[in-house]
Amino acid sequence: MLTLKQARQLRTVLLGTLGWLVALIIFFPIFWMILTSFKTEIEAFSSPPQLFFMPTLENYIEINSRSSYLTYAWNSVVVSFGSTFIGMLLAVPAAYSMAFFETKRTKSTLLWMLSTKMLPPVGVLVPIYLLFKDFGLLDTRTGLIIIYTLINLPIMVWMIYTYFKEIPKDILEAARLDGATPIQEIVRVLLPISKGGLASTVLLALILSWNEAFWSLNLTASTAAPLTALVASYSSPEGLFWAKLSAVSTLACAPILIFGWLSQKQLVRGLSFGAVK
Amino acid sequence: MSDLKITNLKKSFDNVDIIKGIDLEINDHEFVVFVGPSGCGKSTLLRLIAGLEEVTSGKIELDDVEITDTAPAKRDLAMVFQTYALYPHMTVRKNMSFALDLAGIDKAEVDAKVSDAAKILELDHLLDRKPKALSGGQRQRVAIGRAIVRHPKIFLFDEPLSNLDAALRVQMRLELARLHQDLNATMIYVTHDQVEAMTLADKVVVLNGGHIEQVGSPLELYHHPVNKFVAGFIGTPKMGFLEGVVVSVNEAGVEITVSGGSQFLVPVDGGTLQAGEVITLGVRPEHITVTEPEESAYQGRLTVSEHLGADTYCYVETDSGEPLTVRAPGDFEGRYGKMVGLSFDLQHSHLFDAQGKALPRLAKA
Amino acid sequence: MSISNLQVDKATGAEGSASSVKSQNRQKSRISLAMVSPSVLVLLVWMIVPLAMTIYFSLIRYNLLYPGDEPFVGLENYYYFLTDEGFAAGAFNTLYLVLSVLAISVIFGVLIAVLVDNDFWGRGIVRVLLISPFFIMPTVTALVWKNLLLHPVSGVFAAVWRFFGAQPVDWFAEYPMGAIIMIVSWQWVPFAVLLLMTAMQSLDQEQKDAARLDGAGPLAIFWHITLPHLMRPIAVVVMIETIFLLSVFAEIFTTTGGGPGYATTNLAFLIYTQALLQFDVGMASAGGLVAVIIANIAAFILIRIIGKNLTDKQ
Repeated sequence: MLTLKQARQLRTVLLGTLGWLVALIIFFPIFWMILTSFKTEIEAFSSPPQLFFMPTLENYIEINSRSSYLTYAWNSVVVSFGSTFIGMLLAVPAAYSMAFFETKRTKSTLLWMLSTKMLPPVGVLVPIYLLFKDFGLLDTRTGLIIIYTLINLPIMVWMIYTYFKEIPKDILEAARLDGATPIQEIVRVLLPISKGGLASTVLLALILSWNEAFWSLNLTASTAAPLTALVASYSSPEGLFWAKLSAVSTLACAPILIFGWLSQKQLVRGLSFGAVK
Repeated sequence: MSDLKITNLKKSFDNVDIIKGIDLEINDHEFVVFVGPSGCGKSTLLRLIAGLEEVTSGKIELDDVEITDTAPAKRDLAMVFQTYALYPHMTVRKNMSFALDLAGIDKAEVDAKVSDAAKILELDHLLDRKPKALSGGQRQRVAIGRAIVRHPKIFLFDEPLSNLDAALRVQMRLELARLHQDLNATMIYVTHDQVEAMTLADKVVVLNGGHIEQVGSPLELYHHPVNKFVAGFIGTPKMGFLEGVVVSVNEAGVEITVSGGSQFLVPVDGGTLQAGEVITLGVRPEHITVTEPEESAYQGRLTVSEHLGADTYCYVETDSGEPLTVRAPGDFEGRYGKMVGLSFDLQHSHLFDAQGKALPRLAKA
Repeated sequence: MSISNLQVDKATGAEGSASSVKSQNRQKSRISLAMVSPSVLVLLVWMIVPLAMTIYFSLIRYNLLYPGDEPFVGLENYYYFLTDEGFAAGAFNTLYLVLSVLAISVIFGVLIAVLVDNDFWGRGIVRVLLISPFFIMPTVTALVWKNLLLHPVSGVFAAVWRFFGAQPVDWFAEYPMGAIIMIVSWQWVPFAVLLLMTAMQSLDQEQKDAARLDGAGPLAIFWHITLPHLMRPIAVVVMIETIFLLSVFAEIFTTTGGGPGYATTNLAFLIYTQALLQFDVGMASAGGLVAVIIANIAAFILIRIIGKNLTDKQ
């Protein structure tokens, strides 16, 4: 029979193997996509699929030579960062006020904000489309920035609210006793302490905006279309396109994947509206 | 000069009265301790003095200038919080200099003040560390240092020792006493621990349910409590209480009888007491002696004996169920369950009327 | 130093100046209101204006191809929408999709989270690999699955099927909804894993130790300690996933376009086709409102059953 120590070691090895197996299976599509991006189109489409081949950068080169990729990428960048920036300008004061000056209406306001995210986008597709048309916002980055700010605002407010609530009240009282004005309290004490939480919020908002695939598909055509739309255009392509699709996709997803990997723990809070920390 | 005068101070939160009318005077250089059970309002009182809570009614004056409504930063008071409230993102040096920086004081002066305070508190080698790299005791000293550098009129301490382990608590208590001597400053200290109150205070303020029960020096409160609450709160182990009834009142004192039939003559001024009225006898452990059962007027059953080395504290079960603690010599051998006699030193006992008020002692004959 | 300050304040009337506690507090509540208002106002407008317009449009006959006359037709659009041949399929598919993905993501989410809670070599990397799909753009996910993986000739699945001697499946032809469910689950299982994995870490090790001393085996510990602890985060996962799964769009848009027929059309896609492909604003608005009502009902039910926990935490 196995000793207790041996049984434990065996258990760890078995669980570890199982864990790795599950992880590799789940990650496989991404791995395959990255792999395919280094194949030629013929190799990419070959049957059976090839695991070993001579890698080539031709797909990446072709993408970069076609200026349209950069346009799409730039659109994604502008829209994500723009909406996140405006979102933070609105969310930080709101969260500050709700965390430190809680009133009887605070809880219901927060819940109401949550409820605006429950609105299915299709429900307002028509009016938004028509409004955008009338205001000349269709196919503009500005239009997308406005929408993204609105849809991410509730998550940002909730997330920052929970971070602010974790700061012990007496640190701020100590600052007040030390002679800090409300502005000084915020700038010299509150913000430095919560900068980790604020950074995670920014990261989450960027990820959500970058990957957003409803409004970006319906409200843009060519000028303001971000990367989500570019990839979607490969759904009715001409000729062999798998390798190019993989290259475009890898480039489009790489930054967000890395963001996500770096901040996974902190994102949980925002993704669950502060319910899971 | 830092004389604090509080007049009829009241504070309520959402229609609940926390502070119900407090009058208090605190003099320059005094070490005043606010002590009382949880919820008595001592922290609230401190925060009202600091300006962290809004006063509902009443007046607070510092050196004859009213500060009831003044902003906390302008009151020239410094506070040491229970959780220390150090700024986690600043070094020790920055933590201590923050207030002075905000006030725009010249850098050289700030550095001088910070190193002075650091020297007094032995923090010199820690100045560039951040709070998370400090031990509990070190953090507390930084919190104190933060207060010292401002040379405030009054130091406010909100239960500063409650987060420290027992040994550290004793050490810090001594350091605080020493600090008070060195700085010769006025200090207001809030605690629920009456040992801290007894050992640190020049003046103790006992609070209960938003009222002041008694103000006085530690020994005054110990030997002459004005009511049952103060008598039971101050002193550890607790004073023992026996309920009884007045038999008669004369110039020698008040004759009482307690359950079990024992009768005692307590040398206090009976005032308007009538026979048959309910009273309570209070005796401290050091004023009770264990004897053989037949040698004393009162008996009880010995239960647990705690041997502390120099003393032994015996817990005695009485007929009426009221527990008594007796201080016996260190080598006392008490068998669990043994019946013993208890002899009371009535000269040092206390008698409380039905409302709990202490009856004044008769002058010694 | 400070005495003079205090005296000056007394002279000018401490009440009015910003240095008094009372007026500072009053100022604070005014400022705090001003700080929340922009966000609230902005969201209010975002909710009310489009929603009001949707309601208005749903009550008139309005087709972008035939502009001009827009008569009020009452509930006619709703009638047409609900009796449209696509509606039954759309409603059914929506329900089918949401429930399937919920079940798959919760079950696998719990199992994987429990698995990964054990310490083994490379656990950090495993976790990173596990949560990756959630960060991939939906359009990328859809096309990578449709082409590189599920393609009946050159896809990886086809190769695996052939390896085992079976005939490859043409997923999008034979099991279109199944394919969509596979794709959407692949994205959301990591979401569940991420949340549940994090929640597992707040599970007190001491509780498990006490249970082991009481004689509990791993299954008993899972059932009596781990699972109850995860009930709250599971509720959160279900709530949030439901909100988003009701509106799945990009995956369908980029792979099947709703077909074949109405096989993969859910409500969101149905309304989209009516709005932006058929340009029937009236009907699409009616549909949109129906979608909002359904979402509200779902949210109401969920909040009733589990939502209390969300705000209790603070």
